[in-house]
Amino acid sequence: MPNQLVVDLSRLQFGLTAAFHFIFVPLTIGLIILVAVMETLYRRTKDEMYREMADFWGKLYAINFVLGVVTGITMEFQFGTNWSEYSKFMGDIFGIPLAIEALLAFFLESTFFGIWFFGRERWPQLRALSAWMVALGTNLSALWIITANGFMQHPVGYKIVEIDGRKLIHLENFWEVFFNPNVWWMLVHTILASYIVGSFFVLGVSTYHFLKGVSGRKREFFERSFRLALTMAVLATLLTAVTGHFQGVNVARTQPATAAAFEGIWEGGKGVPFHLFSIPVPSQEKNILECCPIPYLGSLLYTNNPFGEVKGLKDFPAEDRPPVAVVTWTFRLMVGLGLYFLAVAVYAWWKYRKGGLEALERSPKLLKALLYTIPLPYIAAWLGWGAAEFGRQPWAVYGLMRTSEAVSPVSVGDVVFSLVGLTFFYGVLIVADIYLLSKFAKEGPHLEEAPGKGISGRPVEA
Amino acid sequence: MPEQALPVIWYVLWVVLWVVYFVLDSKTLGLGTLFPFLARNEREEAALQEAVGPFWDGDEVWLITAGGATFAAFPLTYAVMFSALYVPFFLLLFALFYRAVGLEFMSKVKDPGWHNAWRWAFTVASFLVILLLGVAFANLFYGLDFDASGNKTTLFTLLNPYGILGGLTFVTLALLSGTIWGAFKVSGELEKRLEGYAHTLWVVALALFSIYMVATANRASHLLANYNQVPVLYVIPALALLLLLLVKPLLSRGAQLGAWLATSGTIALLLVTGFVGLFPNMLYSRTAPEASITAYQAAASPLTQTVMLGVALALVPVVIGYQFWAYKKFSERKIDVEEAKGYGA
Repeated sequence: MPNQLVVDLSRLQFGLTAAFHFIFVPLTIGLIILVAVMETLYRRTKDEMYREMADFWGKLYAINFVLGVVTGITMEFQFGTNWSEYSKFMGDIFGIPLAIEALLAFFLESTFFGIWFFGRERWPQLRALSAWMVALGTNLSALWIITANGFMQHPVGYKIVEIDGRKLIHLENFWEVFFNPNVWWMLVHTILASYIVGSFFVLGVSTYHFLKGVSGRKREFFERSFRLALTMAVLATLLTAVTGHFQGVNVARTQPATAAAFEGIWEGGKGVPFHLFSIPVPSQEKNILECCPIPYLGSLLYTNNPFGEVKGLKDFPAEDRPPVAVVTWTFRLMVGLGLYFLAVAVYAWWKYRKGGLEALERSPKLLKALLYTIPLPYIAAWLGWGAAEFGRQPWAVYGLMRTSEAVSPVSVGDVVFSLVGLTFFYGVLIVADIYLLSKFAKEGPHLEEAPGKGISGRPVEA
Repeated sequence: MPEQALPVIWYVLWVVLWVVYFVLDSKTLGLGTLFPFLARNEREEAALQEAVGPFWDGDEVWLITAGGATFAAFPLTYAVMFSALYVPFFLLLFALFYRAVGLEFMSKVKDPGWHNAWRWAFTVASFLVILLLGVAFANLFYGLDFDASGNKTTLFTLLNPYGILGGLTFVTLALLSGTIWGAFKVSGELEKRLEGYAHTLWVVALALFSIYMVATANRASHLLANYNQVPVLYVIPALALLLLLLVKPLLSRGAQLGAWLATSGTIALLLVTGFVGLFPNMLYSRTAPEASITAYQAAASPLTQTVMLGVALALVPVVIGYQFWAYKKFSERKIDVEEAKGYGA
C-alpha cells in the first residue's frame, strides 16, 4: 500500500501544476482565434490597423504561449514521475492521445508560431496562414488532451489483461476511445470556455483604455478590438451554457455519482427537483440547507426528461463517492459565473448596438465591470475543471483504478522537493508574466500617426 | 508482421525521436550556455536570439514527442524511467522552464536588473538542460541501480565518473553545435567571433569524445556485446569520430552548414552507439542485470503499437516536411546584426 502522504502530496502537486498550466492554456486557445481573425481582416482589407491589432494582441499572446509550453511539459512528465503505477496500468491507451497531441498539435503550433512571430515582417503573405495554423494546433491540442482525460472519466474501447500477475488495460478499439461520448461535449464546452477567457481579456484591456479616455486612432484600435471580442463573447457565453447542459446529461449517464454530487442529490428517484441553493454535508448524508426547489428541473437537466430517473449519492457506497461539498461548490460557482458572463456580454452588446461606443463610455460602471471581469473566466475555467476532476474521485480511472493505487513508489522527500521547487519556480514565472502582461496591456499599441505607410517604413515591434 | 517485430521497430523509432531532439536542441542549448560571453551588446544579443528564436520551441516538441512515444509504445519503460530518475527529471523541468522563458523575457523590459536576471536564467538553465540530459543518457547506457524490489538510483548515483564524463561530452558537443549554428545564421564581426569559438571548442570536443569512447570500452563493457557479435556495427562510432574530425576542415573552408551537420551527425551517432549497445534493453540494471527491462517486456499491446505506427508513418513525414520548410525559409538570408530585433519589446 503506498504511503498516504505521497498520495496526498502527489495529488496536490498535480492539481497545482494543472491549475498553473490552465492559466495560460485557455487564453492562448481563445486569443489566437481573435488574432487570426485580425490577420484575415488585414489580408482582406489591407487596412494597416488590423495588422497593428494582430501585432499588439499577438504580443500578449506570445508571452502566454511560452508559459503554456513550459508548464505543459510538467504535465506530461508527472504521469511518469508521480503516477508511474497509473502509467503502467494505463499506458497502453493513455499514451496514444498524448503522443498524437505532440505530433498533430504541438509541432503545428510551435513551428507556425515561429513563422508568424519572426516572419511577419518578411513574409506578410504568410501572416494569416501561420496564425490560423497556430490556432488549429492549439485547438487540436485540446481535442487530444480531452480524449486522454475522457478515457479517465469514462473508459471505453479497452479490455483488462493479466500479465505476470498484474492487471493492465489494453486497447481493444481505438475508434471507441476516440469517439468516447464523454469527450465531445466536454471538448466543445472547454474550448468555448477558453473563448470566453480570450474574449473577456480583450474586452477588459480595451475598456481599460476607454476608461482612460483614449482618442484618435488608438480609440478606433480598441473599439475594433472590442467589437470583435464582444461578438465572440456573446456567441461563446451562449454556446458554453448550451454545451454545458449536454455535458451534464453525459455526466449523469456515465458518472452518476458525480452528477449527484454536482447538485447535492442524496436520494435518487424520478422527477427530481432542482434547488437554487443547497449546502450538502457529507458526514450527515444530507443537505443542511435547501432552498427554492423547482420541481422536475433536476431530472430535466440531467436526463432531458422532467420525469427521468436520477441517481442519488446514497445509491453509492460511501467510499465510491466524490468529495461532495467540493464538487457541489465548484460546479455551482462555475455555473453562476457562466450566467454572469452571459448577462454582461449580452448587456454590453445590446448597449453597444443601440448607442455605439459613446453609450458605453457614458456608463463607466459597465466598462469597469468588464475590466474587473478579466480574471473571472479563468476562475470559472478552474472551477469547471475542478468539478470534473474532483467529481471523478476516488477514481483515477473511473471504476477501474483508484487514485491511491496510481501513485509512484517514490519517497515523501522526493515529492516535497518537487512540490517546493515547482511552487517556487512557478511563483517567479507567474509574477513575471502578470507584470509583463499588465505592462504591455496598459501601454497599448505604438500606432503610426499617419497610417498606410506600409511595412517597411514602420518601426518594428516584436 | 511477426509480433516480435513491432517492439524492434518501436525501439528504432524511440531512438530516432531522442536523436532528433538532441541534434536539434543542442544548438539552442549550446548558444544559450555561451550567450552572455558571445554577445557584446544588445544588437548582437538580438541577432543570437533570432538565430534560435523561431526554432527552439518546435525542437523541444521532439522531446515532448519522445516522452509521449515512450509512454504510448513502452509504458513500462516510461513509468520506471521517469520515477527512477525523479529528482533529475524535475531539475530538468525547472531548467527547461527558465531556458525558454529566459530567452523570451530578457529583452522585453529595458531594465538592467530584469535583463541580467533573465539572461543568466537562460544561460544557467541551458547549461543544466544539456548537462542533465547528457548525464541521464550516459547513465542509461551505463546502467541504473534497480532490482526486482525497486529503484535505488538517486541523483548521487547518477553523478558517477562515467555519467559526468558523458554529460560533459554532450555539453561540449552542444557548445560546438551552438557556435557553428550561430556563425551560420549571423553575419559580420559576430560571425567571425563565433567561428573562433568553434575552432577552440572543436579541440575540447574531440578530446572529450575520445576519452568518453575509451571509458565506454573499459567501464561499460556490457555495451560491447552486440558489437562483438556483429562487428560491422563498429562503423557507427567510427563514423561519429570521422564526422567530428571533418568539422574543423569544413569550418576552415567556410562550409558552416556542413560543419553544423557534421557536428549533429557526431551527436546523433554517439547516441546511436549507446542505444545499439543497450539493445534489446531499454533500462539496463547495473546492480542486477537480470532485472533489466527489455523492449519486448516494456512494449505496449501489439494493437497500440500498430495504431501508433500508423499515426507516426502518417504524421512524422508531414511534421518533418513543414519543419524543414521553416528552417529553409529562415535560412534564405543571414541575420544582419544591425537589423536584428530578437524578442525586444
